[in-house]
Amino acid sequence: MKDVIDAHNISKTYNRDTIPVAAVQHVHLHLVRGEFTALVGPSGSGKTTLLNLIGGLDRPDEGSILIHGTDITKLSANQLIDFRLRNIGFVFQSFNLVPVLTARENVELIMQLQGMKGSEIEARVQALFRQIGMEDKMNTRPSQLSGGQQQRVAVARALASKPQVILADEPTANLDSKSAGNLLDIMLKLNQEEQMTFIFSTHDQRVIERARRVITLVDGAIVSDTARVATEST
Amino acid sequence: MWVLKLAWKNLWRNRGRTAVTISAVFFAVVLSITAGCLQDGVFANLIRNMVSFYSGYIQIHQSGYWDQQVLDNSMTRDEQIEESIRKEPGVTAFSPRIESYALASAGEVTKGCMVVGVDPEKENAITMLKSKVVAGAYFPHANASGALVSEGLLQRLGLALGDTVILLSQGYHGALAAGQFPITGVLKFGSPELNDQLLYLSLPSAQDFFSAPGQLTSYVLALESDDVQGQVQAGLQSALGSQMEVMNWGEMMPEVEQHINTDKSGMYTIQIILYLLICFGIFGTLLMMMAERQHEMGMLIAIGMKKAKLVQVVLAESVLTVLVGCLAGMLASVAVTYYLKNYPIRFGGDMADMYKRYGFEPIFPASMNPTIFFTQGIIVLALALVLGLYPMFKVLRMNPVLAMKN
Repeated sequence: MKDVIDAHNISKTYNRDTIPVAAVQHVHLHLVRGEFTALVGPSGSGKTTLLNLIGGLDRPDEGSILIHGTDITKLSANQLIDFRLRNIGFVFQSFNLVPVLTARENVELIMQLQGMKGSEIEARVQALFRQIGMEDKMNTRPSQLSGGQQQRVAVARALASKPQVILADEPTANLDSKSAGNLLDIMLKLNQEEQMTFIFSTHDQRVIERARRVITLVDGAIVSDTARVATEST
Repeated sequence: MWVLKLAWKNLWRNRGRTAVTISAVFFAVVLSITAGCLQDGVFANLIRNMVSFYSGYIQIHQSGYWDQQVLDNSMTRDEQIEESIRKEPGVTAFSPRIESYALASAGEVTKGCMVVGVDPEKENAITMLKSKVVAGAYFPHANASGALVSEGLLQRLGLALGDTVILLSQGYHGALAAGQFPITGVLKFGSPELNDQLLYLSLPSAQDFFSAPGQLTSYVLALESDDVQGQVQAGLQSALGSQMEVMNWGEMMPEVEQHINTDKSGMYTIQIILYLLICFGIFGTLLMMMAERQHEMGMLIAIGMKKAKLVQVVLAESVLTVLVGCLAGMLASVAVTYYLKNYPIRFGGDMADMYKRYGFEPIFPASMNPTIFFTQGIIVLALALVLGLYPMFKVLRMNPVLAMKN
């Protein structure tokens, strides 16, 4: 099967108070379509940096990152933003919804950025809210939603552009166990039904248990890469 | 469209901050427009008072007369000139004059005076000369033979109403000018300079006295307002050609124009300070806004919003805020200036006494010149746009990862 993500020998070093810190070192990573992968490791092991590099939010010092055959390290800043808009969905730890927009408007924003037509947007929004089970909360502001609901809206927003890859940085870190379970159910369902590729950094054992591939990072390097049978939803 | 929608919603995110910014712009616009309208109204009133006193807004002379004000530089009264004046839009009245200096004598006393020959009706339409008569009567008709003498001159000559004044002068082309005129009226001018030396005759009497039949030294014009002066001056100069000089009050009284310009410069300084205050106010809120929303902006760039779009949103927020403040300020200014125009500020003290002495009302009226409204509105809007460059610059330089870490 063709790689959705093909990261070859990527490294990234930051300067922290003039001291160079190797956040990611010579990482090779290949993900095929429909993978549900967890990046695990202790704090500071480079999980978020690796996600940022794969998502085109940051540039590696060396190496190449191909997403569906496009080397994103060679794209200009503007091309990269456009690439992210059309090919990558992001789910952040702290929900990151625009507070002045309703749940529906947060999701619509991505489609409007893509230049989709009104009727197309309407149909897609309805479908997405049905998928996350929040049709009755579409016109609610983020401040009136629970953490779990906000994160589900964030997932809907990430899916809005029909991306190839969804990158999630600690998506369940701020959620209670029930909300985290619900969110994982939704993500797994989308992964299975639409063959969407998920890669997420996590410390959460519940997430790790349900991942089909677990990559462990220590000091910016991959120390293990295990394919496994995921535990079914509880 | 969604850019505007997002910008509009962002304005309501922090209502207090938006209200502070809108209020800052609102009060700045109201102050700036009101000050501008008051200044414009006061100067327009001053000019109107001054030109209606003697000079008129515009005078037409034979070319070279203003530099050498002698009868030999006078012009022949010409129906074509008068027709050109009548045709010029913006001219409300005109008066032909013949003016020259003479010696006024009574018994052993002789004083210098300015003899002004006027068409009684036309002169009154411009300078309201009739209202300055404090004793006796105004010229009863265009060919009246008596003289109207200013109060100061009358006292210096030791004469009284009903007496005769003897005038001696040099007439047109060196002719000897001599005549005696019964004093039929006494005039009182607020200006001591005019009160001590003016003597009015009817135009035919004066022309006869100066042996200058049909000759005039000037046409004095009244206009609708100072605003049309440039256009009227240019129109007449072009119609009358280089044989005639068409001069405005500023050219005839440069010291007055200079005084007005100096006052205006002072006002500009105050306005610049006002604008600086607005700038600080708006910039403060922009700084707060950028600090508060840095994380969110980083996230929006991360999920695929181009920086140019984000700049549009931020810029639209600034423009909307300032536009609301500006429009509200302009509307409020209309009400304030309308009130000040109809119920002008009355002042007292020595200055009021001086105004009254000159026959002027001691008031500071406001003008409602639309140019002031639009100019001030556009200046404030432009300032906001310039300040909007700051968030624009910050967004363009924004690193989404670092922004989200903050």
